[in-house]
Amino acid sequence: MNENTQTANIEVEQNSDIIQITDMHKWYGDFHVLKNITLQVKKQERIVICGPSGSGKSTLIRCINRLEEHQKGKIVVDGIELTNDLKNIEKIRAEVGMVFQHFNLFPHLTILDNLTLGPIWVRKTPRAEAEDTAMYYLEKVRIAEQAKKYPGQLSGGQQQRVAIARSLCMKPNVMLFDEPTSALDPEMVKEVLDVMISLANDGMTMIVVSHEMGFARSVAHRVLFMDYGEIVEGNTPQAFFDNPQHDRTKLFLSQILD
Amino acid sequence: MEDNSQQQDTSTVKPPVTSVGAIGWVRTNLFNGPFNSLLTLGVLYLLWISVPPFVRWAFVDSVWMTDYMACRNIDGACWSVIPANLRFIIFGFYPHDLQWRPLLAMIILVVMLFYSQDRKRWKKSLLYLWGVALVIMGLLMKGGVPGLTPVESSQWGGLPLTLLLSVFGLASAYPVGIILALGRQSKMPVIKSLCVVYIELIRGVPLISLLFMSSVVFPLFLPEGVTVNAILRAQVAIIMFTAAYIAEVVRGGLQGMNKGQYEAADALGLNYFQTMRLIILPQALKIVIPPSVSILISAFKDTSLVVIIALYDLLKTTQSTLSDPKWMGFSAEAYIFVALIYFVCCFFMSNYSRRLEQELNTDL
Repeated sequence: MNENTQTANIEVEQNSDIIQITDMHKWYGDFHVLKNITLQVKKQERIVICGPSGSGKSTLIRCINRLEEHQKGKIVVDGIELTNDLKNIEKIRAEVGMVFQHFNLFPHLTILDNLTLGPIWVRKTPRAEAEDTAMYYLEKVRIAEQAKKYPGQLSGGQQQRVAIARSLCMKPNVMLFDEPTSALDPEMVKEVLDVMISLANDGMTMIVVSHEMGFARSVAHRVLFMDYGEIVEGNTPQAFFDNPQHDRTKLFLSQILD
Repeated sequence: MEDNSQQQDTSTVKPPVTSVGAIGWVRTNLFNGPFNSLLTLGVLYLLWISVPPFVRWAFVDSVWMTDYMACRNIDGACWSVIPANLRFIIFGFYPHDLQWRPLLAMIILVVMLFYSQDRKRWKKSLLYLWGVALVIMGLLMKGGVPGLTPVESSQWGGLPLTLLLSVFGLASAYPVGIILALGRQSKMPVIKSLCVVYIELIRGVPLISLLFMSSVVFPLFLPEGVTVNAILRAQVAIIMFTAAYIAEVVRGGLQGMNKGQYEAADALGLNYFQTMRLIILPQALKIVIPPSVSILISAFKDTSLVVIIALYDLLKTTQSTLSDPKWMGFSAEAYIFVALIYFVCCFFMSNYSRRLEQELNTDL
C-alpha cells in the first residue's frame, strides 16, 4: 500500500518536474562552490540563470548532466537519480542536450558526422535515418548547405548553431546552454539567439546560463540570480527585472544593464 | 585614348629582371650580403673538392659486373661485390634453390603495403586481406605444407628478416603503445602505476640489453625442453621497446587535447571506449604523426641490433660477405648499398607520413 502510493507520487512528480535538485552541495577541494541548491524545473519550462562570474552558474548546470559531480544532496533528471552508476549517467546524458560556450564541435569530423555520431553510437540509429534527422535539424538552424564542411571552415555563429543541432539530433528532453553566446563576435549573437528562440517556441525545456538579458526577458519563464554558489532569488522575468528583491541582485542588474 | 594606353602600360610592366627569374633567385638566396656571399663561395669550394672525386670513384673508374680479381687493379669502386653476393646479402642462409619463396613473400608484403596506403581502403575487408596475406607469407617462409619444403627459421636472414622484424614490430608496437598511453592516463591507480612502471623501466634500458635478456635470461626461466624461437624473442623485445616510446609520444598527443572535446563526447552520452576511439584518438594520433614517425624510423633502423643475438639480418649478411677473403676490402661499396636500402624504406615512411598529415588536415 505504502509502496503503491510512493510510486504514484513519483509518477506525478515525473509528469510535472523533469529536473529536481534538492539540497545539493558541491565543493572543489575546500572551496564550497554550490551551497544548498534546490531547484525544480517543469517540463517545457525555460529558465535563465545569471550572476557574476565565479558564482557557480555553469557548475550548477554541469552538475545536471554530471560533467561535474555533486557531493551532497540529490539530483533527479527525468525520474533517474544521478549517482555514480555509469549506466544511469550515460542514460541521463543521452536525454539531456548541452551547448557549450566554446562550441566543442569535433574538428576531425564533417558537420554531418558531428551530428550523426551521437544517434549512431549512443542511440544505435541506422546511419541513413540518422543522416535524415541531421539534415532536418541543420535545415532548422539554417545551415544545411554546410553539411559536408569541417567545423574549422565555419564562423563562430555557424559553429554554435551546428552545436545546437548536434544536441537536438539526440532528441533530448532538456537542453542546457552554458553561456552559448559569450564566445561569439557581436554580429553573430543574434543568429544563435534566434535559433534558441525558435527552439523555445517548439516547447523545449531549457536551462540557459546567459547574460543576454533581452533574451531572458522575452523567452524565460523564470530568471534565477546566483551569487557565491547560492541561488539568491528567482522570479518571473518581469518581477525579476522590474522589482528585484535582494541588494546583490540590484547591484548586479545595475552593473549589467548600464 | 591616352588613358587607355597608359593603363595597358601599367598592367604589362614587369618587375626588374634582377629581382625575378634565375638571377633574382641567386641574388636573394645566395648573395644577399657579404657574409652569405662568403658562405656560398665556401660551400661551392667544398662541393668542388668532394663531389668530382666521389663521382669518379663511384661511376667513372668503377666496375660493376666483374669477378673479384678484376677489382684488385682499379682505383674506382668495385660494385661487383654486390651482384656477386646479392643472393646472400638479401636472403642469408635461406636454401639457395628455395629463395624464390622469401622473394615472393617480400613482393606480397610490398604490394600489400602499397595497397594499404590509400585511406579509402581502410575497412574491415583490408584487415581480412592482411590476414590472408600473412598466412601466405608465413607459409612461403616456413614451408611445411605439401609442395613446400620446410625451412627452419634459424635459416631465415637478410632482407626478409629485417622486414619481418620491422614491419611486424612496428605494426604491433603502435597499438600496444596506444594502450599503454591510455593506461597511463587512467584514473584507476593500479593500471596507471603498472603502465608508468613499464614505460619508465623499458625506456631506462638500452634495446641491446633487452635483446640480450630475451636471448640469454628469458630462456633460463622456461621449463626444461621448452624453447621459444629466437626470432620471436627478438621480435617481442623490439615490440616491447618501441611500444614504450610510442606510448610517451601518444601521451603527449592526449594531453594536447582540449578538455572540451571530452566534455562534448560525455554530454552526448558516449562511453569511454567510444569517446577514445571516435573523438580523442583520431585527433591525438594526428597531432603526433611527426614524432611517431621519427620513432618508427629509428626503430626500423634499430632492428639491425639483432646481430648481437646472432640473427642474420640485412646488415649482418652484408658484413659476412665482406669477411670472405675474396671480397675483403670492398666494405664501402657494400655498406653504401645497404644504406641505400635502409634509406629507401625510411624515405618512404617519412614521405607517406607527410601525405597522411596533409590528408587529415581539416582546417581551412
